[in-house]
Amino acid sequence: MSLLEMRNIVKEFPGVRALDGVSFTLEKGEFHALVGENGAGKSTLMKVLSGVYPEGTFEGEILVDDSPQHFRGVRDSENAGIAIIFQELSLVKELTVGENIFLGREPSRFGVIDSAKLYHRAATLLRELHLDIDPRIQVGNLGIGRQQLVEIAKALSQDAKILVLDEPTAALAESEVETLFDILSKLQARGVGLIYISHKLEEVFRMSDRVTVLRDGRTVGTHSAKDLTKDRVISEMVGREVGDIFPESSHEFGDTALEVRNLTAYSVDRPDKRLVDDVSFSVRKGEVLGIAGLMGSGRTELMTAIFGAWPGKYSRTVRVDGNERSISSPADAIANGIAFVTEDRKRYGLILEQTIVDNMTLAGLKQITGRFLTDATRELRAVREPMQSLGVKARTPMAVAGTLSGGNQQKIVLGKWLLTKPKVLFLDEPTRGIDVGAKQDIYAEVNKLAKEGLAIVLVSSELPEVLGLSDRVIVLHRGKIAAEYSRAEATAEKVMAAATGGH
Amino acid sequence: MTETEKTSFSTSSLRAYIMLAVLAGIWVYFHWATNSIFLTPRNLSNLATQMSVTGILAVGMLMLILSGNIDLSVGSVLGFTGGIAAVMLTNYGYGLPAAIIAAIIAGVLIGTFQGALTAYLNIPAFIVTLGGLLAWRGAVKWLLGGNTVPVSDETFKAIGQRNIPVEAGWGLAILGIALALFLAYRHARSEATYGSGKVNYLSSLLRVAGPIIGIIAFIWVMNAYQGVPIPVLIFVSIALIGVFLTTSTVFGRYLYAIGGNPEASRLSGINNKRNILKVYALLGAFTGIAALIFTARVGSAAPDAGTLKELDAIAACVIGGASLMGGRGTVFGACIGALIMASLDNGMSLLNVRDFMQDIVKGCILVAAVGLDMMGRRQG
Repeated sequence: MSLLEMRNIVKEFPGVRALDGVSFTLEKGEFHALVGENGAGKSTLMKVLSGVYPEGTFEGEILVDDSPQHFRGVRDSENAGIAIIFQELSLVKELTVGENIFLGREPSRFGVIDSAKLYHRAATLLRELHLDIDPRIQVGNLGIGRQQLVEIAKALSQDAKILVLDEPTAALAESEVETLFDILSKLQARGVGLIYISHKLEEVFRMSDRVTVLRDGRTVGTHSAKDLTKDRVISEMVGREVGDIFPESSHEFGDTALEVRNLTAYSVDRPDKRLVDDVSFSVRKGEVLGIAGLMGSGRTELMTAIFGAWPGKYSRTVRVDGNERSISSPADAIANGIAFVTEDRKRYGLILEQTIVDNMTLAGLKQITGRFLTDATRELRAVREPMQSLGVKARTPMAVAGTLSGGNQQKIVLGKWLLTKPKVLFLDEPTRGIDVGAKQDIYAEVNKLAKEGLAIVLVSSELPEVLGLSDRVIVLHRGKIAAEYSRAEATAEKVMAAATGGH
Repeated sequence: MTETEKTSFSTSSLRAYIMLAVLAGIWVYFHWATNSIFLTPRNLSNLATQMSVTGILAVGMLMLILSGNIDLSVGSVLGFTGGIAAVMLTNYGYGLPAAIIAAIIAGVLIGTFQGALTAYLNIPAFIVTLGGLLAWRGAVKWLLGGNTVPVSDETFKAIGQRNIPVEAGWGLAILGIALALFLAYRHARSEATYGSGKVNYLSSLLRVAGPIIGIIAFIWVMNAYQGVPIPVLIFVSIALIGVFLTTSTVFGRYLYAIGGNPEASRLSGINNKRNILKVYALLGAFTGIAALIFTARVGSAAPDAGTLKELDAIAACVIGGASLMGGRGTVFGACIGALIMASLDNGMSLLNVRDFMQDIVKGCILVAAVGLDMMGRRQG
């Protein structure tokens, strides 16, 4: 009898099959690691398990202690003994540790909270976990690491039988990691089943009983950790064939278009923490430079800081076409010929309520129509060419951006930046969540632009994309350049090994 | 294609037609209920004059709301800048131009100051202008010493009380028609350049027929009483400036962008802060102009002048389809909203509806208008 069994889970999003028949089991007291590239389906699987995607929005079965479960929401999954600790903490910073632990389940009489009882129970719980945290302190006053431990205490106060941890050590210091592992071992001894999602393979091998590898929404394999080597895991993670959706091309390089020296960017919340640490690189005309790295390795921060848009502290020197430029705002960057196709098009790229034309002309508006007046005719004429060459499928350029598919939206964001007539083009996750056809259109455009002499910097979590498009690949690990490969040298295994911190 | 495409043009013009229909319904009802007093040239002229001050404020407020901000202080600022004009004319004997310029500049400075606190110090607009609502009201009371200051300058009072001659009215009508035809011609030409390549002058002419009939009817009705009132002339000018700024300038486009998605706008190279500062300054200028009309109409500056005007202006924007989250709304809608509010005031006064009841009705209509809008949006 398994503690948890997930059978043939299929979950589809428009245009993407995020989970394609995944099965997964967890035993009592087991430490089961779940690994895979970004976008392999780990988080989606856990959202199915936690009821974030309620029953009916996916296919397949979930069984806890052999009895089928029908989760209509997070509450149902919690009642079944499943607790998830997501990467983003879900604590209320203004409340105390004790109040957070019992949030929604406060011991009370006639609606009046029994504070003494609440703090007594919280203190008992924290003591059991050997956590030296005062339950009366405000959560906001604790470091990120300790907040994570509070989150675990909260999960356990709900008598969780199954505890899911999504990248729990990303924000922790070494000593905090040890405390966490101590606690997890104790929980295992108590019979709690642990699902552990992590990119850090050392941790995975140190703690796991079994390891399941996901790739492209499928289970590649579930192995006993004893029989497994790190190389095997990496090859299973990246083992997909690099298909022929990438146009074969040889780019001719010109002079250096962009040179960045000594870029350091600090965290907004913790101004002493370096998210990018003294990175220097350059890219030439006609070259596609890929930047690989795991989530949180500093890729986006790097681009944002070059662009003058990083909200935290940063320092660097930027040379465009060999001349040093002072870039302190996106407007400066655009004026110097840098364009930035940002990640997360809905948040950073588009004004969803507005038309395709208004969105596409936004960044280059003054170049298209002049400094003061807009001009509908000139704008329509300006967007016609990029809409055609990118293959934006819309009946009219006056269609509202929010009504289009993800692929078309992404093309609009790309088109917006091409209308600024850039010399250097940054692409941050340019194909996240779009269908294969739209991906191919974008790949073809990237190649065409490189041939026309544009310098391109490509950040992507999808390794095949980085390998298929780039002339050169830089791998970031914890904010530093961990490795650099030419197109010929770069393989998925090498890049993944560098990105996960091993060589 | 699986995606449903709506063009922003058709949804926003549909909204405009619905608002006009609601306005027409209100007018017909009042005309019937008042035994045919409501839709007479005399009353319509009064109505237009009554809506001028709120209308001017609503145009500025709409532009500020587009950018995702709000100003609760315009009523108090109106009182203060009107007070400055009155005190300069009556107590210190300054000439009319100095008083007018001082009132407008005071409005701009106050707007710029509050805009700077919002945009550059990141104090929420609601808080800054709530503080302004109190502080500038206090400033009016201090300035006027708690008394009402009368203005005797006849030229000044003309701003709020006089009408332009009938002939000048027809002259304006001709100007207006010429402008409408010119814009229609330009539109047809741009259609030709981008669209099918053929210019359909007939359909362009039909499109412009409505506005032309509107202009002629308006001037005719106003002339049938005493000619176009000067406050109405000023309001219409400001509304046209507002329409021009929001639909035809880079500044206006940026306001929609900043309100629609500030982060995407910032990353597209737009200086959000500077544009927000500008729109606050503009609203300040409009408030100064509205204050002149208000003071001239009453013939004096009072310590409580302009109280609650900010809420009328905000209500007009919202009834006109603006979203307080920013990014959505039109100057035309805000003007119709102001006209609806003024019509309710005017009609209910004619019907001798008691004061308290008028407030209750207006409050209910504000909430109902937004409620219906939200329901339509969800289904839409």
